Amino acid sequence: MCLGIPGEIVELPRDGSDVAKVEVVGVRRAVNVGLLDEERLHLGDWVLVHVGFAMSKIDEAEAAATLELLRGLGEAYDDELDALSRSDLDLDLDKN
Amino acid sequence: MRFVDEYRDAEQAHVLSARIAALCEPGRHYKFMEVCGGHTHTIYKHGLEDYLPESVQLVHGPGCPVCVIPMGRVDDAVAIARADPDVILTSFGDMMRVPGGTGSFLDAKAAGADIRMVYSPLDALKIAKRNPDRRVVFMAIGFETTAPSTAMTVLRAAAEGIGNFSVFCNHVTIIPGIKAILDSPDLRLDGFLGPGHVSTVIGCRPYEFIAAEYGKPLVCAGFEPLDVLQSVHMLLEQLDEGRSEVENQYARVVPWDGNPRALEAIGKVMELRPYFEWRGLGFISHSALRMRDDYARYDAERIFDLPGVRVADPKACQCGEVLKGVLEPWECKVFGTACTPETPIGTCMVSSEGACAAYYNFGRFTRERVKEAARA
Ligand code: SF4
Repeated sequence: MCLGIPGEIVELPRDGSDVAKVEVVGVRRAVNVGLLDEERLHLGDWVLVHVGFAMSKIDEAEAAATLELLRGLGEAYDDELDALSRSDLDLDLDKN
Repeated sequence: MRFVDEYRDAEQAHVLSARIAALCEPGRHYKFMEVCGGHTHTIYKHGLEDYLPESVQLVHGPGCPVCVIPMGRVDDAVAIARADPDVILTSFGDMMRVPGGTGSFLDAKAAGADIRMVYSPLDALKIAKRNPDRRVVFMAIGFETTAPSTAMTVLRAAAEGIGNFSVFCNHVTIIPGIKAILDSPDLRLDGFLGPGHVSTVIGCRPYEFIAAEYGKPLVCAGFEPLDVLQSVHMLLEQLDEGRSEVENQYARVVPWDGNPRALEAIGKVMELRPYFEWRGLGFISHSALRMRDDYARYDAERIFDLPGVRVADPKACQCGEVLKGVLEPWECKVFGTACTPETPIGTCMVSSEGACAAYYNFGRFTRERVKEAARA
């Protein structure tokens, strides 16, 4: 929850939405980017994701280092990834 | 990957280690607090004490949100979950095993309450949308790292007019926690390793009073082993030069001024509580957030009747001392025997970022040795 998981932006938010798609260890997830300056978000950027929200932009090297660190956490990381993959933020809330 | 290799380089760790040793004044003892549980984890996992001279001691701080939740708040949440069968209580997975006075969320769930683990407050909102005839409550915990997410979710609920969603707000703020430690008479500290990710939201400026008024240096630190060592080096350098300032070792992630949008979202939805109880640390004024009147309809504390009873920590539990860095985890009488990650008595054993769990999982005390030590 506190460490944050790095994800690479693979789809930018559509007009008026705060939802971008990021790839986290090979899986695509929807992430809310409403706390970042959207104009400055580009495909291929890396962000640090805390509980479904991108909190900061990071560089690729930082992302790789963080992923490595998270892997080292073992179970705690697995739980977090597991929770992330069960989260269904990628369904657009508005269309429900 | 060059950068990563650099950061993991054992050789660099040795170079830093030598530089740290060279900066230590003979005969002087240095005590630095790592405020954040993420650092505690890195320190134990990589055995960073081995890279520090004996005169440099790292002690753990109160920076693990799960660890500072008092038992009474767990009981309040369970009471909400049991209020009526319509209620769905949601929270982060870390909360599920935290012991309250009347058991944990897992216990309540086993007894029939509908308690669900979510990854994000947005998931909780979604459950509310899908179950219009139920009342969905999100138990919000965390420092400023997660508070903006809760705030954004409430703003979204309000924008969409979702009426069956509410938040049981237990967000705490880091600065008063640090101040309480600084004001506590039983601890003499020489400086702080500041929390990395809380600082992405609040920035470095709010720490300035620590350097200015208390004369203690603070370095915002990243989570890699070399980040921690480098931050210790930066602290020692300040002491050596007679400075006490706020410095940012983690500038590649932490902006000096924080994240203005996140701060704005928190400010819109939440306000400071006059006081809040921290587990083991007692009541600290202006140290937590509650929902503003404008968002009363999303405030579970106003919707449900809460017992609001203060529950004393179990006698055997010494989490307060561990959270203040006064005791090392293994010095607690029940560490590794009655209190383990599987059967936690105290909160520091629950979250993987808690000092006791980190020490238990990576410490040099293996389970067997702890048992032996306890028998001896
Ligand atoms: S061993 Fe258990 S009871 Fe003792 S301080 Fe750690 S978490 Fe608390």
